[in-house]
Amino acid sequence: MMTNPTGRLTQGQFSFLPDLTDAEITLQIEYGLKKGYAWSVEYTDDPHPRNCYWEMFGMPMFDLKDAAGVMMELKNCRKTFPNHYIRLMAFDSTRGIESVAMSFIVNRPKNEPGFGLARIEGAGRTMRYRISSYATDKPEGERYAG
Amino acid sequence: MNQPVEKGLVTEATKITDAKTRYSAGVLKYRQMGYWDGDYVPKDTDTICLFRITPQEGVDPVEAAAAVAGESSTATWTVVWTDRLTACDSYRAKAYKVEPVPGTPGQYFCWVAYDLILFEEGSIANMTASLIGNVFSFKPLKAARLEDIRIPVAYVKTFKGPPTGLVVERERLEKYGRPLLGATTKPKLGLSGRNYGRVIYEGLKGGLDFMKDDENINSQPFMHWRDRFLYVMDGVNKASAATGEVKGSYLNVTGATMEDMYERAEFAKELGSVVIMVDLVIGWTAIQSMANWCRKHDMIMHMHRAGHGTYTRQKNHGVSFRVMAKWLRLAGCDHLHTGTAVGKLEGDPLTVQGYYNVCRDSYTKTDLPRGLFFDMDWADTKKVMPVASGGIHAGQMHQLIDLFGDDVVLQFGGGTIGHPAGIQAGAVANRVALEAIVKARNEGRNIKEEGPKILQDAAKFCTPLKQALDTWKDVSFNYASTDTSDYAVTPATAM
Repeated sequence: MMTNPTGRLTQGQFSFLPDLTDAEITLQIEYGLKKGYAWSVEYTDDPHPRNCYWEMFGMPMFDLKDAAGVMMELKNCRKTFPNHYIRLMAFDSTRGIESVAMSFIVNRPKNEPGFGLARIEGAGRTMRYRISSYATDKPEGERYAG
Repeated sequence: MNQPVEKGLVTEATKITDAKTRYSAGVLKYRQMGYWDGDYVPKDTDTICLFRITPQEGVDPVEAAAAVAGESSTATWTVVWTDRLTACDSYRAKAYKVEPVPGTPGQYFCWVAYDLILFEEGSIANMTASLIGNVFSFKPLKAARLEDIRIPVAYVKTFKGPPTGLVVERERLEKYGRPLLGATTKPKLGLSGRNYGRVIYEGLKGGLDFMKDDENINSQPFMHWRDRFLYVMDGVNKASAATGEVKGSYLNVTGATMEDMYERAEFAKELGSVVIMVDLVIGWTAIQSMANWCRKHDMIMHMHRAGHGTYTRQKNHGVSFRVMAKWLRLAGCDHLHTGTAVGKLEGDPLTVQGYYNVCRDSYTKTDLPRGLFFDMDWADTKKVMPVASGGIHAGQMHQLIDLFGDDVVLQFGGGTIGHPAGIQAGAVANRVALEAIVKARNEGRNIKEEGPKILQDAAKFCTPLKQALDTWKDVSFNYASTDTSDYAVTPATAM
């Protein structure tokens, strides 16, 4: 268990709140659709803070206008990867933005062991830091089993 | 000596067109020298300045406006024949409109246009040397203020702008769809490096995205800069491991010389910091140099606007902060302190929103109640992340997000470190308040009206938030602002 005040990974927009219900997730999806964003479902078992490329559970749903469709994809993803981190991401293609506009976690492994910090001492008291997930010592797909 | 500025009211254009008369030795009125042209239509490539001027008693406003144009471009107090060696008409700025300031007797707005040739490409130092140079000490004016500026695309494109920009900053941090959260380490002065790093670690682990050096933390006897950087980065990395998030702390590299600043910035880079910080007082040239350094090293540049109040705050004299923000966006900073409207420091809400627009717009639209006098195309210049800092607390979260939206860093210094249950609890309170308000807004709720209820509901599952709301429930800074729009009456609010 992680020792930060939430006891869990705090990436994304809503990690400090109680887990969003499916009805609440739907409201967030609708907000994004109204803004013209395209939703995408992504999953990973390597939540390193700088691992930005989670696996895509299909492509971003550019032409989808109904939140139910996104929820269906999410449910499929949860079924396939019940013990992975899953997040919803919204893409905004507006000129001058052209980036991610929303991102929040919608599924977590049962246990979140967190990360270790290794220090490599250098000259003049300088330090190099290595952050690594306790889970990623195991191969992909076997990291959060049990 | 002759008085070059005529007394009495003469408003018709009186430019002397006969060259021999125009260039006879002696003193002419600025208007006669060609610095006033009521028929002038600014070119798309002109810079346009709007000055607020207070002429001395009896000085004609048109002549005063012409004098502003003259003294901020080519004029000297007397006729010089050497003008005739040059294409002098293109170098003369042209005042072309004068209007009384609504409801303020004795003050006038004057519009002045400047040809593109007047300013060195990519140099705010050069532009400011003209526009806020001699003219601000000019005797026939009691006071002058540069209210707003339209910088043409042709000149905008000579600047590289923010080294990172707010969109790429979010990608580097992997944080989207909500304001970022920060806190300034307190007390400002006196902490040893070791004690200082403790505050960094606690704040970041508790849920903040950034911690921040204060403007006057450089390298004083109680804490050498290297010591600070080493301890801070230990706190940053420990917090990152504890949360799984990218974290940062603005390392203030402000120093006495460029060599000092480069040395400090290099060390911050070596230690893996994502962000460095400079103070506005280092000056335009140093700002642009540090922006170049940041661009080269993928570093976010945080700008603390230390000192700006000496020339931005009073309405009758100085430079409006909206002009400073435009210059700073071009000069190249990624974060800029732009006010809170509800906190302890000066700022009328609409006027402050105008500054935010200047930082984040792709195209700034004229909006007089927000103090924006011009349309201005930013020509794809990267966007600056505004920073709201100074006397704000979790209980104001709904107001802050309602006023400023998502693209802002909200900094709660006292509001984090002063929490009765400690720094981590303070950070938790702020992060929970922020996420609760963002979630509710996205769900379609009216956060301005329902904000207090949304926060109280969140406090039911979050004791630190409850403690924060109880501790600071009555704190507000409800004073009238000195710098407000002339086109709408908007008292400062701190509900």
